[in-house]
This record gives sequence, structure tokens and C-alpha cells, in this order.
Amino acid sequence: MNPKVVNKIATGVIYGLVILVVAILAALIGYILVTGVPHISWHFLTSPAQSFLAGGGIRDQLFNSIYLLVLTLIISFPIALGAGIYLAEYAPKNWFTEIIKTTIEVLSSLPSVVVGLFCYLLFVVQMRMGFSILSGAIALTFFNLPLLTRNIETSLESVSSLQREAGLSLGLSQWKTITGIILPAAVPGIITGIILSAGRVFGEAAALIYTAGQSAPFVDYTNWNIFSDTSFLNPLRPAETLAVHIWKVNSEGITPDANAISSGSSAVLIIVILLFNIFAHWIGNRLYKKMTSSK
Amino acid sequence: MKNYNLNQQYVRDFAVENAIEAHHVNVSYGEHQSIFDVSLSFPRFKVTAMIGASGSGKSTFLRSINRMNDNVATVDGDIMYRDVNINDDKINVYELRKHIGMVFQRPNPFAKSIRENITFALKKHGIKDKKELDQRVETSLKEAALWDEVKDKLDESALSLSGGQAQRLCIARAIAMKPDVLLLDEPASALDPISTSKIEDTLNRLKEKYTIIIVTHNMQQASRMSDYTAFFHQGHLIEFNKTSHIFTRPKMQATEDYISGNFG
Ligand SMILES: Nc1ncnc2c1ncn2[C@@H]1O[C@H](COP(=O)(O)OP(=O)(O)OP(=O)(O)O)[C@@H](O)[C@H]1O
Ligand SMILES: [Mg+2]
Repeated sequence: MNPKVVNKIATGVIYGLVILVVAILAALIGYILVTGVPHISWHFLTSPAQSFLAGGGIRDQLFNSIYLLVLTLIISFPIALGAGIYLAEYAPKNWFTEIIKTTIEVLSSLPSVVVGLFCYLLFVVQMRMGFSILSGAIALTFFNLPLLTRNIETSLESVSSLQREAGLSLGLSQWKTITGIILPAAVPGIITGIILSAGRVFGEAAALIYTAGQSAPFVDYTNWNIFSDTSFLNPLRPAETLAVHIWKVNSEGITPDANAISSGSSAVLIIVILLFNIFAHWIGNRLYKKMTSSK
Repeated sequence: MKNYNLNQQYVRDFAVENAIEAHHVNVSYGEHQSIFDVSLSFPRFKVTAMIGASGSGKSTFLRSINRMNDNVATVDGDIMYRDVNINDDKINVYELRKHIGMVFQRPNPFAKSIRENITFALKKHGIKDKKELDQRVETSLKEAALWDEVKDKLDESALSLSGGQAQRLCIARAIAMKPDVLLLDEPASALDPISTSKIEDTLNRLKEKYTIIIVTHNMQQASRMSDYTAFFHQGHLIEFNKTSHIFTRPKMQATEDYISGNFG
């Protein structure tokens, strides 16, 4: 066949596949938004959930999801950063490093129910942390760590080794070269990793049922004392997230408007994830520009 | 490839002050030895060119002079700089690299502003005074003949510079450290002829203040720019002499074949 024709066919097939993927995504998101958005109202976003009556909202679940994300990132990001820097810059290339990398990969492919139950036994029961945001954040850290570590590692590795040589040849130590030159150049890649892991945290339900719990007790949004039982910031209170709420409403919801609540919650979840994406990109761009003074 | 007797060499000794003196240097990458018993001195405030075919060990030898081979290769032998053996384990390599700067084949500016490319390392070495930093930025950029082109955009990203400009920025970055010796590994080979001639002009002006050691594949460049030339072949130093002698009356057959293009 003539190369031009082959090229045309190949491009056509690739375009077709891309359109297919985009179409599936658009259909999914479109369906969720179309069925869900009509149920979103100010009242829906700002009132607590109801167990038996119609008219419940998702205020606490929405906040819990975001708070859980923040806590998870606070725990997992520093660890992942350290591990990523070690693997990318310091680890010798030998069998031991390979074992570490494989272990990390295995960790990321563990079923979430298993990790959830493990964390339930270890943290919730053994360490008496109870159903709490903190237990949930630790469980999610198990998923997050491999993802973030891998991502930071590859982002650092993708920065040209010429930059490392330049740093060293100016008499900078390896550590100063990494923190001052390599890391800033890797920021965009790292932001992408955070966004991906955030999506996972927002969407995770199975691992949270046994750790963060399925109840959203009364919390007071004006109580800033994180040690107080009713404070919204208390990390040791049980906290049903939006994803868990959707699962629960769908499986055992007995309110008359269970369907509407589940559709509305799904739409809110999608919108929050989209907003977080935009926000993280924006922060990442500003950070990158600030650190590299690129325009 | 023709076979030459690698143990025969012609290395002239000049009664001049040397910036660097290497004695019996051997370099190996693991099992693979790349530099064999090279003894070579680089006269102070002069330009010495290192020439030789690809893989002859020029970069390997050059990188031994500022310890860039640490963790990459094993370097044996003595390399004397100001009466200290800088190939000693006890040497503070970070301090050493302030005195012996390096410019690489591919321009490698940092993903930072033009100004910060120069000030970043200075700050890390403890220079905090804003006036001093500004002064160093201006002087080094002027010395590198880049000032006029960038003085109005010092705070823009260095990644927006052309290849030739970026390479001159790397030269400025190296000389802002006020080094004694400047090592250049094919600094112009990735550039177009106009940028190349600008780099050559820059280096010609720098040689009054620095000892320059430059690796190059370009014979004209070597003969135009350098005072002394060292010819390497398969990890051996074959000939070292004044550049004018090397290019007009080479003593060794290998050198003659290489510079006349009859090599291999
Ligand atoms: N990082 C490395 N690891 C292993 N071997 C290397 C490494 N760098 C260079 N070598 C080997 O050392 C020898 C000399 O290489 P070197 O780069 O010093 O040559 P060169 O004269 O600079 O060549 P070129 O003109 O192509 O830059 C070659 O045989 C090369 O394969
Ligand atoms: Mg080389």
C-alpha cells in the first residue's frame, strides 16, 4: 500500500479512538450533571443530611471530603517527597532499589477493601483511633503514597541531567542542586500527580467505610478548637464523605428523595473534582512561574 | 583504523608557570579504562586545547580536573593545583569547583531568570549583598559579551534565550564565581557559526584573566584560539606542544594524520 494511504488510515483510526474516549467521558459526565444539577441548591449544599425525612443536604459530607483530602495530603506528601527524591536522586541502581520500587507498585495495586479492613483492625481497633477522619486519612495515605512517590520520582527524573551537572559544577552540593534547581523544574509534573491522587481520595468509598466511618455527627463550624468533640476540625471524629454518602444513600437510603440526593451528590462530587483540578493547575502555574520566573 | 604505538609520545615541557599539573593520571569506568597514564601541565593564563577523535578520552580527562568524575569513574594519580593534590579524598570538592569552573557541550541554563542563573550559586555560597550580586551579574554578562542583549530582560526566563545566548549565559554563570581555571567541553559544537564566533571572541577576551582548557573537534578553532594543544588518542596523550608547532610541524605520525584528516 502506498505510505500516504497507510498514514491516512492510521491517523483516521487514532482520531476515531480519541473521539470514542472523549465521547464516553462526555456522556458519563453529561449524564451525571444533567440528572444531578437540577437537585443542587443552596439549601442542598448547606444543610445536614436527613435519615428519614426528605430535604436533607450534604453540607457535612462535602466538607468531610475536602478536609479528608487536606489531611491525606498533609500526611502523604512529605513522605512521598522524601521517598521520591531518594529514589530519583540518591538510590543506587541495584536489586535492593528494584525491590523497593516493586513493593511500592504492589502497594498501589492492593484492593481498597483489603486496605480498608487492615486499617480498621490496626488503627480503628488496635490503636483505638475509632472511626475518624484521621483513620481515613491514614488508609488513603496507603493508596496515595505509591502514586505520589512514583509521580515525584518520574517528575524529578524527567529533569535533564545537564541541570544536575550545571549545579554540581558551580560548587553546589547534591542536596542544594536538587532542592534549588531540580525540584522547581519538576513542579508541573508533581502538581499533576497531586491532582490524580486527589481524584482518588474524593472518589474512594470502600476503604473509608471501615475507617472514616459512615456517620456524620453534628459538627459546629464556628468551633475552631480542634480538640473539641464538636469542632469541624477535630480529626478524631467520624466523618462520612460524599462518596461514602452516595454509596450509602443508594444501598440503604430510606428517605423519600434518596434518588435525588444521590444524583445531586454525584454531580457535586464531579464539580468539586473539576474545580480542584482547575485550582491546583492555577496554584501550580503560579508556583512554577515564581520559582522559575518563566512567563 | 591505523595502529599507532600508543606508548610513544612527544610531550614538551615548557618553563612556564602552570595552573594545573597532572601526574600519571589513570581513569576507569568500572572495568573499562579510558585514560592511561597521562601527565600533562596547563600553563597559567593561557589557552590549552585538547583535541582527538571521539572516544579518545578528552571529556573524561577534563572532568577529572574539577572532580566531576566523582561517583562516575575512578581517577588515580595526582592532579596538582596551587600545590595541593586535588585528586585527594580529603579535598572539599565544592570549594574546588568554585576555583575551577566548567562549561558543557550543550547549553544548560537553569529554569530560572537570567539574573538568578548567575546569582543562584553565588547566594548559596554565602554572597547576600544585593549590590555585590548586581555587580557580579553585570560584570560577568559583560565579560561573556551578553550584557547588551539581555540587560533589559534580566528577570525573564533564561529558557527563552537562543542556544548561543544560553551558552554565553553559562559562561557568564561560570565566571561570576571568579574561578581561576575555566574548563570548556566543546562549548560551541552545538551552535551555529555566528554564535560560535561570538563564543570564540568571548573566550579570546577571557584568556587574560583565566587559564582556559578547551576540548574541541574543530581544528580551526583550536589553531585560532589556543596557545598550546594536547592531542589524545585512545586514552593516551600522544603529543603536547605549542599550538603553532602542533599544526605546522607535528612530531608524531598519529597527530599529523589526525590534523590532516587522514585518520583511521
Ligand atoms: N559515563 C561513562 N560510563 C562508561 N564509560 C564512559 C562514560 N563516559 C565515557 N565513557 C567511555 O570512556 C571513553 C572516553 O570517552 P570520552 O567521553 O572521554 O571521550 P571524548 O574524547 O570526550 O569523546 P567525544 O569527542 O565524542 O566527546 C569512551 O570509550 C567512552 O565509551
Ligand atoms: Mg567529549
